[in-house]
Amino acid sequence: MLNTNDILETIHMIEDENLDIRTITMGISLLDCASDDADRFADKIYDKITRKAEKLVETGEEIEKTYGIPIVNKRVSVTPIAIAGGALTADGFVKAAKALDRAAETVGINFIGGFSALVHKGFTVGDRGLLAAIPQALAETGKVCSSVNVASTKAGINMDAVAMMGDIIKETAFLTKDADSIGCAKFVVFTNVPEDNPFMAGAFHGVGEPDTVINVGVSGPGVVSSAIKRAGDCDFSTLADIIKKTAFKITRMGQLVAYEASKRLDMPFGIVDLSLAPTPAIGDSVAHILERMGLERCGAHGTTAALALLNDAVKKGGVMASSHVGGLSGAFIPVSEDQGMIDAVTCGSLSLEKLEAMTAVCSVGLDMIAIPGDTPADVICGIIADEISIGVVNTKTTAVRVIPAYGKKPGDMVSFGGLLGYAPVMKINEMSPAAFIARGGRIPAPIHSLKN
Amino acid sequence: MKAVVTVTGKDVVGIIAKVSNACAEYHANIVDISQSVLSEYFAMIMVVEIDQIAIDFTAFVDAMEALGKENGLVIHTIHEDVFNAMHHI
Repeated sequence: MLNTNDILETIHMIEDENLDIRTITMGISLLDCASDDADRFADKIYDKITRKAEKLVETGEEIEKTYGIPIVNKRVSVTPIAIAGGALTADGFVKAAKALDRAAETVGINFIGGFSALVHKGFTVGDRGLLAAIPQALAETGKVCSSVNVASTKAGINMDAVAMMGDIIKETAFLTKDADSIGCAKFVVFTNVPEDNPFMAGAFHGVGEPDTVINVGVSGPGVVSSAIKRAGDCDFSTLADIIKKTAFKITRMGQLVAYEASKRLDMPFGIVDLSLAPTPAIGDSVAHILERMGLERCGAHGTTAALALLNDAVKKGGVMASSHVGGLSGAFIPVSEDQGMIDAVTCGSLSLEKLEAMTAVCSVGLDMIAIPGDTPADVICGIIADEISIGVVNTKTTAVRVIPAYGKKPGDMVSFGGLLGYAPVMKINEMSPAAFIARGGRIPAPIHSLKN
Repeated sequence: MKAVVTVTGKDVVGIIAKVSNACAEYHANIVDISQSVLSEYFAMIMVVEIDQIAIDFTAFVDAMEALGKENGLVIHTIHEDVFNAMHHI
């Protein structure tokens, strides 16, 4: 039986608290498109994506209307191109990126993920070709997202790959310098990367996945924030319960949409990703949730504890609401996409070091952080090595998406537009880790006993 | 299957008549209705059956929204699955 209060609560969440489904992401395997001829490969991947995702946007819009809930993004993730296109050269990979971009344009989606390589233990010929092509591919396409997995808890850290990331990021920043180095916003370096993540820029379709699959990413920082506000002055047990209940409701919506999308598109349902994904919109901020818990400003001492509580409660509430949970599930803390984070950085409360500490207890990592354009490549490699180590040792996914904004100094603003938002350029420690990074080789996988 | 139609806006004569007329026109049978007026602010929640409706559900959603706009009201039409999913285990 429908209850009036329940109806009003749901409508209030959607209308006033920015509840939305952040993305329906269709995963498409491109393994059957393999070819050593770059043009043929490009044609085959274009054909398969446009065929499988033909009705994705239309179906998403129908579901949006039926259930009255906005579905902000409809996206596609594909098999890591370094695997599907393993026989290509760097030029061939650029052609493949352009074919992905055209396919995204044709089906009407805003991002396509999977220009990716998994090199946690070493490089194949294809991996090297793809890595060499990343800067040009990101500069010459608009919708293609790229990711590289450089480490895993079981393999350790491929420091040769980490050492290459600094140059790739710097070159991408240079090639897209006319647009505040936006190319770097579409590139993320991972450890323990999930194979079913629906969120960009890190989405790709893992090799263990079916031919096609529907994954859904929910959102809802505004709903959680409002629920905490309504609860007022309560203790931590009550606070955690409130977040769990809210996360449950948000995730149920995601599960419904995922189920319906998979039925209408006649594709298997993969996972719901239980992430609190902020946007620059007012009232849609993860930082504001932490502040509502009682911090004067995000970044204050106590922030890591508040985030740990939030992240854990979101997962506990969400897990029961969905039959399959996966992806990155947790709270995202991208700086440029979260008004509260932007304000905290601008006023000097939130530093890169504090953000790094926060990533030890929440999902993903150093995300959408603008750093000075003249940051040396080896310092970027050092940032990546630190962040990746947190993930490797703690058996979790971490990632780095930093933007060394060309020509910008600390305190300047960079603007990417849309959901990518804007960010103040952060001050970083300029001491050089060059000799450390230059050692090369692999950092061994960590021990899993003697946990201290 | 059912859908929930919520109507809010400034109270004027004939809101229920207009909304229920539209439901009748599209063969959406009204099974429940609750309505109140607070300081000239009109709020109504209707539950309608949509198994027999004459047009696509998404077209019905659009038609009801348009009716709202013509009359200075906000009308949302949402499938009942949303509320059942969110509030019932």
